[in-house]
Amino acid sequence: MKPAAFDYDRPNDLAAATSQIAQGDGMVKAMAGGQSLGAMLNLRLAQPQGVVDLRSIQELSSATETAEAVTLGACVTHARIEDRRVPDATRGLMPKVAADIAYRAIRNRGTIGGSLVHADPAADWVSTLSLLNATAIIGGPNGRREMRMEEFLLGAFETALGMDEILIAVRIEKFSANARWGYWKFCRKTGEFAEAIGGVLIDPARKICRAVIGATNGKPYVIHDARGIADQFDAHRAMQAVEAAGMGEDAYERQMHFVALQRAAAAIHTT
Amino acid sequence: MKSSSTQGVGARLARKEDDRYLRGQGEFVGDIHRPGMLEVAFARSPVAHARIVSIEKPAGAEDRVFTMEDLRGVQPIRAISGLPGFKPSDLWPLAKDKVRHVGEPVAMCVAATRAEAEDLAAQVFVDYEELPAVVDMVQARTAPSALVHEHWGDNVFLETLYDDDLSAAKASAPIQIRRHIRTARQSMAPMEGRGVLCEWNTRLGQLEMYSSAQMPHINRAGLSECLGLDQGAIRVIAPDVGGGFGYKGILLSEEICLGWLARNLHKPVRWLEDRREQLVASTNCREHDYDITVYAERDGKLIGIDCDATVDSGAYSLYPFSACLEAAQVGSILPGPYKMDHYRCHTWSACTNKPPILPYRGVARTGVCFALELMLDAVAREANIEPFEVRLRNLVQPHEMPFDNITKKHFDSGDYPESVRQAISAINLPAWREKQKAGLPDGRRIGIGLSVYCEQGAHGTSVYAGWGIPMVPGHEQCFARLSPDGVFEVRIGAQSHGQSLETTLAQVANEILGVDPQNVRVIHGDTGLTPYSTGTWGSRCMVMSGGAVATASKEIAVRVKKIAGKIMEVAEQDLVLEHGAVRVAGTDRSMTLAEVAHIWYRKPQLLPADVDPAGLEVTAGYKTLRDSGTFSYACHALVIALDTALGHSEILDYVIVEDGGTLVNPMVVDGQIYGGTAQGIGTALYEEMPYDSEGQPLASTLADYMLPGPTEVPEPRIVHMSTPSPYTEFGQKGIGEGGAIAPPAAIINAINDALAPLGAELTTSPASPRRVLAAIEAARLRQAA
Repeated sequence: MKPAAFDYDRPNDLAAATSQIAQGDGMVKAMAGGQSLGAMLNLRLAQPQGVVDLRSIQELSSATETAEAVTLGACVTHARIEDRRVPDATRGLMPKVAADIAYRAIRNRGTIGGSLVHADPAADWVSTLSLLNATAIIGGPNGRREMRMEEFLLGAFETALGMDEILIAVRIEKFSANARWGYWKFCRKTGEFAEAIGGVLIDPARKICRAVIGATNGKPYVIHDARGIADQFDAHRAMQAVEAAGMGEDAYERQMHFVALQRAAAAIHTT
Repeated sequence: MKSSSTQGVGARLARKEDDRYLRGQGEFVGDIHRPGMLEVAFARSPVAHARIVSIEKPAGAEDRVFTMEDLRGVQPIRAISGLPGFKPSDLWPLAKDKVRHVGEPVAMCVAATRAEAEDLAAQVFVDYEELPAVVDMVQARTAPSALVHEHWGDNVFLETLYDDDLSAAKASAPIQIRRHIRTARQSMAPMEGRGVLCEWNTRLGQLEMYSSAQMPHINRAGLSECLGLDQGAIRVIAPDVGGGFGYKGILLSEEICLGWLARNLHKPVRWLEDRREQLVASTNCREHDYDITVYAERDGKLIGIDCDATVDSGAYSLYPFSACLEAAQVGSILPGPYKMDHYRCHTWSACTNKPPILPYRGVARTGVCFALELMLDAVAREANIEPFEVRLRNLVQPHEMPFDNITKKHFDSGDYPESVRQAISAINLPAWREKQKAGLPDGRRIGIGLSVYCEQGAHGTSVYAGWGIPMVPGHEQCFARLSPDGVFEVRIGAQSHGQSLETTLAQVANEILGVDPQNVRVIHGDTGLTPYSTGTWGSRCMVMSGGAVATASKEIAVRVKKIAGKIMEVAEQDLVLEHGAVRVAGTDRSMTLAEVAHIWYRKPQLLPADVDPAGLEVTAGYKTLRDSGTFSYACHALVIALDTALGHSEILDYVIVEDGGTLVNPMVVDGQIYGGTAQGIGTALYEEMPYDSEGQPLASTLADYMLPGPTEVPEPRIVHMSTPSPYTEFGQKGIGEGGAIAPPAAIINAINDALAPLGAELTTSPASPRRVLAAIEAARLRQAA
């Protein structure tokens, strides 16, 4: 299939992009890497009047580092994270996650911001950034605002981003030196979206013991106090969490998500 | 006449066609443009079963949108079978009165670009009066929710019965095992989808059609019937074709529509199938259901098989293979190379509100191999012997060749038990059995599985006359010409789209004529240039086209010698052909083929008056000594690691011991086996086209329809055996499909081997994690109860 006709623009500055999207009244879509939107356009599942290509806006592709955090522009590609061409705040977690997203051809174009805004529950950044409780930096006609991931993500394919707003960047706080993590996903074959995702993070210096259950029917389920899961894996507690994540109905789903969490917890000892 | 064997039959010659493919210089339908060409998109049914109340064309676009009512004079596709009781279906190229599956074309929309044509298609308004959908193939015949073709009175294209009395076996067989075995509906997925480009040539009064097709002469025959044109008024050209596998062995509704459109619009028009159409709108395959019982002695020796088999044939009978080839074949091929005294098989070709089926690589064999080989493993478990022992106990023995099995299939040659022994040895069964006891360090269970299949290739007139379908293969022809420059041109009516015929047929010519394969031009896939052929299907080309090229080459050899003899003033019988030259035996006097041809065409004044005037062009025909087919076969053996927490399996080692008779090019055979095996792994573990209760397809993109990729397909270790066929030119056998036949049975036998200690058993393909976990859970509940 071929897309329905749409106007295309590729502005150089954020203000122009923001104003085009604001004026589009919901009928103009922002496009970063286009790895999801492109397919949706071709299938005519998305039929916007206009597409604003964000890739020429320098700020969106930049990566900055402070003593406390790394900020990645929304258009930073998976490949740049995988190849460590941008600073890593996560002691290898984000490069590892990036390396296992889809295929290299997709990683060359797909972006962290595009994936997050698309908010496909089975996508890696949605779960990973939830585990990190990263901060979304959002731009709109009224300036900038920031939101933590737990507020930003609302559900499957749904975020708190306004119709007139653009995701500018995500800020990830740096792990302490003794932070440990585990991330495990089950894909039926290489490059496919995950059937189930599990992630755990223990950072005692920052008082974090967190876990995430991803690839659910909604937004990732974050276990803020993951003692008994992330550190000492307790099957009963883990199964309760899987059920709380809404994955308890179907035996297969329950099992997959349980195993993903279990294996993520097991992997923490190797990081 | 044999000459440089380094390039003839048996040589691992690099593929000639790869030069253009690897440089991106192949030409597929999608690469072809014509001045003023328009693009076509089809408005397709969004519902599985409905009466069409009305069709409304978009306002202002009435002359760019066409329905069946506009296609005046066009006849429906009617693919009959001569088997008694067959009920034909009329497939109108654009739906008329009723739609019978999601994706059935309803209106043809034409515009300058595909996107604009799709805009039009989106605006076609069809008022559907929905009917209940017939979705499950067994319920379709036992408890139909509706009738797909009302006037039939049921939903069965054809019922066949191979009858026998199994009462003695039922009364006394010590091992009796009954299983319900199912294989999922699949969507064939060649790299290149279908594509059609039509142009009306006013000078010749001829429709020129480029189509991504396997059987261009058959397409032409069908087009002629549906469009009411004589066959000479149609030229079908299959240019480079990116994979066929049976998916392109069909007369398409789209071909008829575009043929009509080009003629009536007087403009070139093109339609390229997109991946979504390929997945949900066109044709599927492989959906079988078996209620099967096997009777055996305590030692695993087979007594008999009793089987009720249903094949979901979809909504229509397709041209030329019909809706019934597959199910009817199940009845005749289920016993395969195994010996038994009793066999009963009842088959149904069920009609449902799903896309029609086509014979995918291996056709019914992949399903019957799956059913029978799973049952043989079940017998082995019951008899408490190694699965390979059951095979050795029941396979036809080499001294029994040629062998007629219980359904009178005539096996030409081979040593089937030896393929099993070699596979067991190559996979190193004892070592894996030892490792299996402890499992892998990561906790995964080991499973070892095997399967044996046979593949009937190049079956001819006597076999197909019985099916009574629109196409019966006869003699195969080759037109051959030694050109003035010494280039040897061979034209065949089949089409090469991955079979490597441009290389292997050049090897055949080399074998006979000594001509350098680089100086052989193989022309194929064009009804305007080539002799009639039923085309490329049924693993027939290396036997049939190869035989035809050999026959034509022999005739050219005779003529070259006659001419050269006159020029060199020696007797023909003193001449030999080698290294692209004709030489006087025992001397160094010779002429190149180019020199002989140059004199024949360009300097006939040098020839004596009594030279044979027949020239250096010939059409020669070929048929095998017996047309019941060649039987190639193999034993696949493999090891998997099964993660019982996830139901996920990984293939650790894979061995194939195959016998394709004389191999014309072993490297090409290896390639065929690799590709087929990849598809078989897809059938075993990934590919599934599910439908909901409304008849809606649930896998409409490749994100949902899962194909194996490079990381899922191991490189199998291949061992060749070579038992020549006594009936073919060089002893070669058809081998094109086998790789896709054995893997589902072997892989799921391996999974069942790993699951056996848990008491779990899988009888449905693909072995998705969900199914494997369900089998484990079912076994747990059984044991708890």
